[in-house]
Amino acid sequence: MTTVWVPCDAASLSVGADEVADRLTAAGVTVRRNGSRGMLWLEPLVEVETPRGRVGYAGVSPADVPALLAGALDPTEQCVGIVDEHPWLAAQHRVSFARVGVIEPTDLAAYRELGGLRGLERALTLSPEQVVAEVTASGLRGRGGAGFPAGIKWETVRTASADVKFVCCNADEGDSGTFADRMLIEGDPFTLVEGMAISAVAVGATEGYVYLRSEYPRAVRTLRRAIDIAYAHGVLGESVLGSGRRFDLDVRVGAGAYICGEETSMLESLEGRRGEVRAKPPIPALEGLFGRPTVVNNVLTLASVPMILADGGEAYAALGTGRSRGTQVFQLAGNVARGGIVEADFGISLGDLVEGFGGGTASGRPVKAVQVGGPLGAYLPPERFDLPLDYEAFTDAGAMVGHGGVVVWDDTMDAARMARFAMEFCVKESCGKCTPCRIGSTRGVEVLDRIRAAQDDGVRRTQLVLLEDLCTTMTKGSLCAMGGLTPMPVRSALEHFPEDFGLPASTTEGVRP
Amino acid sequence: MRQRGPGPPPAPAPADPGRAASVRVIAEELRGVRGALLPVLHEVVTTLGFVHEDDVPVIAEVLNLSRADVHGVVTFYHDFRRTPPADHRVSLCRGEACQARGAEQTYAVAADRWSASPDVEVAEVFCLGNCALGPAGTVDGTLHGRLSPDRLAGLTEGWPR
Ligand SMILES: Cc1cc2nc3c(=O)[nH]c(=O)nc-3n(C[C@H](O)[C@H](O)[C@H](O)COP(=O)(O)O)c2cc1C
Ligand code: SF4
Ligand code: FES
Repeated sequence: MTTVWVPCDAASLSVGADEVADRLTAAGVTVRRNGSRGMLWLEPLVEVETPRGRVGYAGVSPADVPALLAGALDPTEQCVGIVDEHPWLAAQHRVSFARVGVIEPTDLAAYRELGGLRGLERALTLSPEQVVAEVTASGLRGRGGAGFPAGIKWETVRTASADVKFVCCNADEGDSGTFADRMLIEGDPFTLVEGMAISAVAVGATEGYVYLRSEYPRAVRTLRRAIDIAYAHGVLGESVLGSGRRFDLDVRVGAGAYICGEETSMLESLEGRRGEVRAKPPIPALEGLFGRPTVVNNVLTLASVPMILADGGEAYAALGTGRSRGTQVFQLAGNVARGGIVEADFGISLGDLVEGFGGGTASGRPVKAVQVGGPLGAYLPPERFDLPLDYEAFTDAGAMVGHGGVVVWDDTMDAARMARFAMEFCVKESCGKCTPCRIGSTRGVEVLDRIRAAQDDGVRRTQLVLLEDLCTTMTKGSLCAMGGLTPMPVRSALEHFPEDFGLPASTTEGVRP
Repeated sequence: MRQRGPGPPPAPAPADPGRAASVRVIAEELRGVRGALLPVLHEVVTTLGFVHEDDVPVIAEVLNLSRADVHGVVTFYHDFRRTPPADHRVSLCRGEACQARGAEQTYAVAADRWSASPDVEVAEVFCLGNCALGPAGTVDGTLHGRLSPDRLAGLTEGWPR
């Protein structure tokens, strides 16, 4: 009897994977559901088990099913060969994503078979100090955007004393162009559960929450199911893997607010309040959820931890470049021919990502710009494709790696319109607590409207001076990075694409009024 | 600034009498969880469609919060709508990655087609995590990718205008 794998993550479902699975079931084959391999341009990517391995078929529709089962797709372009050997996957280095797309997401036995729970088992044989020391030695930095060393944060929580400590996973993933948190949770949720349990063991926390955005209902369901199974098998609960240590884990669903991805806003929201940003200090590591010491880490940060504990911090630190250690899960999105998940060692160049993996634009037109790091990230032209993906190199270039999202645009993009959009987004999503962000962004929209409509150079120049002033005020005077970084896409758009603002074209030196 | 349900709520009809009892049951059931207000409001929207003004004092009483606290939270978050939902809802992503694939056009067509319709709501969202297969959107709650105006028309065939 044939076994066929059909992905069940939200992206695959959005292009008809369930309909294909239904048709296959009706045809009498055994259908199993995996997460997505992350080759999203091929979805629905259906895999047929053969003695040689799982053979993939791209873009399968329900109508293709009879041909698929009769072998009639084999000579066509839809057949992509053995999926594990696909060049796009083979060129990657999958560490956090090693099991995503391979196993059934909530199959705990398969998870164990492919190395799952080794990290937690080892952590339970070590002292808390030793667990934190492994994470510190790995050089792991936060994947949510700021790149703060995870080991230092954990050590702060570990050495704090309190009646209760918390581990909170930030799964708000609001940045447009990012979807790795979702795909990990929908494809291999036990990795996150294990990472959080290790964190709890290390810092002495007994309760954990995953703050998961409401836009991801599929992820909510998969994660809840995984947590139930983890409880049933003693991975969670009053005695984690029989160690006598308690760790309880729950999912909390966001409510449609981008700012709740900011960690203090997320904590307010978890406490049942408006998601208004808190001033720091106190830092969440000391006074976090309900005023208690709290680890707040991104999904991908926590999902890197099981491997670090299983294989040792040194093994992880051996990957990457400079102060950016390990692998990063990049997400290729927007107008890109081959969009999806690229997990690679830090240090890969932007060009290798966009042109090598991405294959240029989906429209076939020239690439004009890429925006890296979400809506608060910089727009960069192809002239900067030599940039290595590395926190420091990006910071030096006036950009940021952020959560690893790379959005590709073709030459029909209007950079001035996107600068306006950045301000408009800030108007809509500001929490309203501080003036530079709340009012500054509204003024920013108006100024950009005037620049875009300007008929004469004098008006344009005056408004550009105003815009620069506004950007400086927002950068310097905002309480958090929402207001503080909104100028980044605006300034980079102006710097690299002055002609879209009615200014003479220039080299990458740019025009600063 | 975040101060919105979808539009300024028209003076709502008084809630039906059974409603307060249902809201109370929901709030009492979830009262014990930490930071219960968001879970309670989610449950109210899921089971009753929206948060009615008259729900606020009931929830406040059960959770031992002030009405102002509850009201403040309801108005902060997009998900806690304060008006009954229309029969159909289309939410279209206007995030950058979807814009790079033509989302603005799909959005403009949808907004135009149903601008006067009482039966269909068109909402904007910023990222549904489907950014490599944009334009993304949900149609009556189901996520779709590659949502060109044509595909949207196909998915909403037979809907009122
Ligand atoms: C406006 C704004 C939005 C953010 N959104 C997210 C998010 O969606 N997910 C996330 O993990 N971090 C987000 N962050 C970063 C968090 O504040 C915080 O740095 C992070 O969760 C810490 O975890 P890490 O050290 O593992 O990265 C955001 C920050 C800001 C200012
Ligand atoms: S910068 Fe904006 S989002 Fe951040 S605290 Fe101030 S008003 Fe709120
Ligand atoms: S930007 Fe539209 S789904 Fe992410």
